[in-house]
Amino acid sequence: MPKPISEPPAGERLKAATTPEVATVDLRAAAKVVQAELQRRAEAASGASKSVLEATALMATDPMLIKAAVKLIATGTSAERAIWESGASVAEMLHNLGGYMAERATDVLDVRARIVAELRGVTAPGIPHSDVPFVLVAEDLAPADTATLDPNKVLALVTSGGGPQSHTAIIARALGLPAIVAAIGVDALQDDTEVYVDGAAGTLLVDPGDEQRTAVKAWEHVAASLSMFDGTGTTADGHLVPLLANVGGAADAVKAAAAGAEGVGLLRTEFCFLERDTEPTIDEQVVAYKGVFDAFPGKKVVVRTLDAGADKPLPFLTDSTEPNPSLGVRGYRTDLTSPGVLKRQLTAIATAAQASSAVVWVMAPMIATVDEAADFAAMCRVAGLKTPGVMVEVPSAALRSASILTEAEFVSLGTNDLTQYTMAADRQLGTLAALNSPWQPAVLQLIQLTVAGAIDEGNSKPVGVCGEAAADPVLAVVLVGLGVNTLSMTSRSMSAVGAVLKSVTLEQAQKLAQLAVSARNSDEARTRVRAELPILEELGL
Amino acid sequence: MSERKATIASRVGLHARPASIFAAAVGELAIEVTIALETDPAEDAMDASSILSLMSLGAANGDVVVLRAEGDGADEALESLVKILETDLDAE
Repeated sequence: MPKPISEPPAGERLKAATTPEVATVDLRAAAKVVQAELQRRAEAASGASKSVLEATALMATDPMLIKAAVKLIATGTSAERAIWESGASVAEMLHNLGGYMAERATDVLDVRARIVAELRGVTAPGIPHSDVPFVLVAEDLAPADTATLDPNKVLALVTSGGGPQSHTAIIARALGLPAIVAAIGVDALQDDTEVYVDGAAGTLLVDPGDEQRTAVKAWEHVAASLSMFDGTGTTADGHLVPLLANVGGAADAVKAAAAGAEGVGLLRTEFCFLERDTEPTIDEQVVAYKGVFDAFPGKKVVVRTLDAGADKPLPFLTDSTEPNPSLGVRGYRTDLTSPGVLKRQLTAIATAAQASSAVVWVMAPMIATVDEAADFAAMCRVAGLKTPGVMVEVPSAALRSASILTEAEFVSLGTNDLTQYTMAADRQLGTLAALNSPWQPAVLQLIQLTVAGAIDEGNSKPVGVCGEAAADPVLAVVLVGLGVNTLSMTSRSMSAVGAVLKSVTLEQAQKLAQLAVSARNSDEARTRVRAELPILEELGL
Repeated sequence: MSERKATIASRVGLHARPASIFAAAVGELAIEVTIALETDPAEDAMDASSILSLMSLGAANGDVVVLRAEGDGADEALESLVKILETDLDAE
């Protein structure tokens, strides 16, 4: 992957032989090329990314951006520096407008980098396009790269920067790809070089021979067997732990069912609302939900009600001027500021549930108190939904789970937000990645307390996990040991989680859970548990 | 100088997709068109073919904007642009 575009030095002037007129023509030509490329990509894209790419393409030749740069060129500034400064001031303007506009600031910076790359005659930043599958070599990957990374095209990830907690490592885990991070010297590799990547050993070999080709064939075989989940999550001694899928729409649900998911542990209903400027009608929602329910006849589908706000703003619900959105009106709390949306959503879920044979449960995100849980449960019952539950993402809900479960029929731990709120570390900040690990003993202890609360309540109401944590096969064992009843994850992770879970007894899992909770820090917790699971090496996990 | 007023019909106001559609339509015209909020002085008017200008204008649903243009066909051009602004583009 090309290196990020470096900033043209402040005060960089036009070359002696270049007149401002020539530089201006060059800039406009470069902007047109960038626009055409983005337009081409917009045509190939669909849905949300299509409209974003179309707007970004328009930005490339935008008069506001170009005119400011042309003015700077007229004073003798180089075209590269001029567009850099012009882009910076436009991005700042958008940033200051806040909300949706602030998000578009990133697009302007992307366009700026592309124009500079075009002027310099180097490859544009971002993940390259290729018709054949390839090994992606980069300095490091940013969270934004995940969106454009096609798991069918990328065979492995190798980065010169980053560490085990870096985004690259997280992305690789999420996609189930072999990866090597902190591989010094890989920047020197040329495009189109054939390489052999051994993710388990952490080695990369240039110009591989027959031995490596045989190894690749063998690995493909193992990977294929790993990609099969037999449809029953269980420990070695037969303690059943249903493996459910996290899905965001009907297409996802069909894929998850085909992969053997025992139900849906998290249906993100935002798919129905995102990219919308107004609330979808009840009828539209019924059709969308029924599409998911129909993929799981007779099985459990847990629907999470709209989780808007913070990292998922919606124009008709979210107040973009909040100074601190993750601590603001988001999730269930939007019912305070936009009453009616939740009620209509529950009506739609109930209608879709009646028209299908799935066993539909509903849960509210961002519940902090027992009173909120009681209010939500009451709303569900009015709508005709019999199994209301809540998500445990706020530490207060973990601490008070016994009392919350007197009102709710189940709880589901959203470990991503629970970690963010327990450690007071923004999920989206790479620098805080180490704090943001669900392996943090404090987070594990809150999960343990949630389970203890469910036992105290006395009616064996289920405790599930539907965050990233459940998709990590090592952590999944710990969660089962802590007493979690179901695990919900992307369908891609089910095979690995299922295989590792099957290698331990419930008692062993409980011991491993104790090792993790009593560790001094997240690294120690992880290392201790990994050391006790020989199957990880066998499977190359 | 031709001048037309239009009330923004898009529920999100003039940004996102509605702004893309409008900026692209202005870009196809042979004449220059400016846009300003009704409450702003004419000298603050911005280039209507710039999606970034449109976004910074911050025109919300129900706001009235003034379009200005000069030259051949300005009246007809503004008429067609007013129609775009007064259509709820999100609904399509």
